[in-house]
Amino acid sequence: MQLTGGQILCESLIREGVDVVFGLPGGAILPLYGTLPQYKDRIRHILVRHEQGAAMAADGYARATGKVGVCWATSGPGATNLVTGLACSSMDSVPIVAITGQVARPTIGKDAFQEIDVTGVTLPITKHNYLVMHASEIARTIREAFYIASSGRPGVVLVDIPRDVFQEKAEFGEYPTTVDLPGYKPVLDGNISQILRAARLIKEAQRPVVLAGHGVLLSRAMDELREFAEKTQTPVITTLLGLSGFPQTHYLSLGMPGMHGVAWASLALDEADLIIGLGARFDDRVTGDLKRFAPNAKIIHVDVDPSEIGKSVATAVPIVGDLKRVLKQLIANVEPAIHVEWMAHLDQLRREHPSLYIRPTEKLLPQYVIREISEVTDGRAVIVTGVGQHQMWTALHYTFKEPYTMITSGGLGAMGFEVPAAMGAQVGVPDRVVWSIAGDGGFQMTMSELATIAENNIPVKFAIINNNFLGMVRQWQEFFYNREYSASGYTKNPDFVKLAEAFGILGLRVTERSQVRDAIIKAMEWAGPVVVDFVVEEEENVYPMIPAGTSVDQLIEEPQMVEERR
Amino acid sequence: MPKGPASHTIVALVQDRPGVLNRVASMFRRRGYNIVSLSVGHSEQPGFSRMTFVVNGDDHTIEQVRNQLDRLIDVVKVSDLSDENVVARELALIKVQATPYNRSEIIQLVDIFRANIVDVSPDSLIIEVTGDEDKVDSLLQLLKSFGVRELMRTGRVAMLRGANAYPGTPSANGNQ
Ligand SMILES: Cc1ncc(C[n+]2csc(CCOP(=O)(O)OP(=O)(O)O)c2C)c(N)n1
Repeated sequence: MQLTGGQILCESLIREGVDVVFGLPGGAILPLYGTLPQYKDRIRHILVRHEQGAAMAADGYARATGKVGVCWATSGPGATNLVTGLACSSMDSVPIVAITGQVARPTIGKDAFQEIDVTGVTLPITKHNYLVMHASEIARTIREAFYIASSGRPGVVLVDIPRDVFQEKAEFGEYPTTVDLPGYKPVLDGNISQILRAARLIKEAQRPVVLAGHGVLLSRAMDELREFAEKTQTPVITTLLGLSGFPQTHYLSLGMPGMHGVAWASLALDEADLIIGLGARFDDRVTGDLKRFAPNAKIIHVDVDPSEIGKSVATAVPIVGDLKRVLKQLIANVEPAIHVEWMAHLDQLRREHPSLYIRPTEKLLPQYVIREISEVTDGRAVIVTGVGQHQMWTALHYTFKEPYTMITSGGLGAMGFEVPAAMGAQVGVPDRVVWSIAGDGGFQMTMSELATIAENNIPVKFAIINNNFLGMVRQWQEFFYNREYSASGYTKNPDFVKLAEAFGILGLRVTERSQVRDAIIKAMEWAGPVVVDFVVEEEENVYPMIPAGTSVDQLIEEPQMVEERR
Repeated sequence: MPKGPASHTIVALVQDRPGVLNRVASMFRRRGYNIVSLSVGHSEQPGFSRMTFVVNGDDHTIEQVRNQLDRLIDVVKVSDLSDENVVARELALIKVQATPYNRSEIIQLVDIFRANIVDVSPDSLIIEVTGDEDKVDSLLQLLKSFGVRELMRTGRVAMLRGANAYPGTPSANGNQ
């Protein structure tokens, strides 16, 4: 059957199971938009207000559903607007296929209007990318793109298609089911001799901990993680991206370590004699100063990406493989164990360092707001955050009970994620409650997507943790720059309630502690999107804190808590 | 204990796809690895090229380089030939000033190094020399006194001795 490039693309996307695309049109991609109406009952297109919104919505969609997120944009500025979103997905190993229009083939390389070398620009922030020069190559390329994006260590694949290739006709027959990629064969099963070596170390360990990262969720290994932890009685520390991979109400859950993690988790890493890293990359926010990280521990590192192993920390037992499979292999080879003393010691650390302490006050504290959202939603809402203090408070004070419920820009730390990613997540899981916990700074970076949200009646609940500051920057300036609040305070924030109303969205304002719970309940009872402006204490700090590049001996804890415990 | 920085010869078999050299070079630049030389050419298999890199680094860095190369979709196979029994060669073209008076002296040197004279003009010669870097360096050193006008060196290319093709060099992940 002869089809145009645009039709072949749509047919291919449908065969890949794509049901929604986030995008915005422009010259180079117009032929595709010309084709789209033929497929409107099968591919839902959501028109964003800025292409960064499209990329981040695709990211939120992918993290909430486990499917590949798809976004597209026109050439030049459309494509460069995608970049921050793609970089975010790339850093966090989120499966994304991005499609960009390119100028027509005869004009490529001539600095044509809106021509940008998109494959060049996105080289370091994609797992792979393509420039498709013939309509006959579209189907194969799309098959490869989805395969690469979703297998091994997931990532971003960008496909750049010139305008005239969308129009060119080619034969579209069988959609390829296989791929021929001699240079890409992810290792899935762990090497058995390494599994046995790991089992031996696990048996010998007196003070073991699991460090579970995003890999647990990406490989859907939540049940296996739990079984492994219970069988070996190993406490589980979860990284920021791993937070919802292990229920935080489980007796073996220790929570998040590192710069703003709970003290007992950082101390557990420090004192452990064995760290079992599961799909975690030993990021500097977790390790602090590498020379002083986990001085007593041997490390078993399981990762599907061999280049992660040994990148930051020296590894006693490296295991390359898909986490779900490797955990099954480990479970089969480890012996049941108990660690009575270690567990008792960790309990004591918890009592000595109550990192989740919230000081008693009548003031409206941000931590309190987040804890209330956690309680009202029973820890089962899908939570999307921005970047900064509110993100860390969410990681600390929201009790995540179900997988795929913590959606946050970890590696890139991209402010503005909170609006479009929440929108994409809600599109992916329409029957779930999605709360975006937003910074007043980040919210203003992408709030134009409120128009998209209103237009499509996407019922995200926004909790703006409004401290009138770029809060995390202010905190660093307080601690490390003599409280010189250089360009971190806003002298005039918009009225977020009126702003919401301008978009046709319900806006609520909360200024008192006593109003918090009612507002949360009201937002959840409201059928459509809601923006709640929580006007919180301005100069509240995130504790605990381990300053960048140091280690747990430099731990700073909440001053009032330390005072009370004297 | 890992050894300190040393020069490694890494050979990669890559798919001939647009931009593959760019991908490889960009990875080296981004990760801050130091390429001493790079040479690229067709391999025995149509559609595939072979790249030889000379990279300086300690064992840890070289392991990272190999893993990062392997991670590129277009890179099919990566081997570290440093400790292997290999033949390594590079080629240089050297344009040297020559007068009727010293021309025979230069020719003698060329003979000693089993190099070739590939072009003769009234006041210069082009010499082609093949060998390992040391040999090329030595000849170059000797020719400097005559006046080297132009120098063109390829990077190193390397191949395992004997009947074996590229070995499955074990990597730290133990999944070989
Ligand atoms: C796009 C982007 N620009 C700048 C930064 C640096 N940065 C990190 S946290 C932060 C402050 C965030 O302020 P806000 O969104 O209000 O959240 P808060 O820290 O107050 O909770 C800034 C500016 C960033 N992470 N991302």
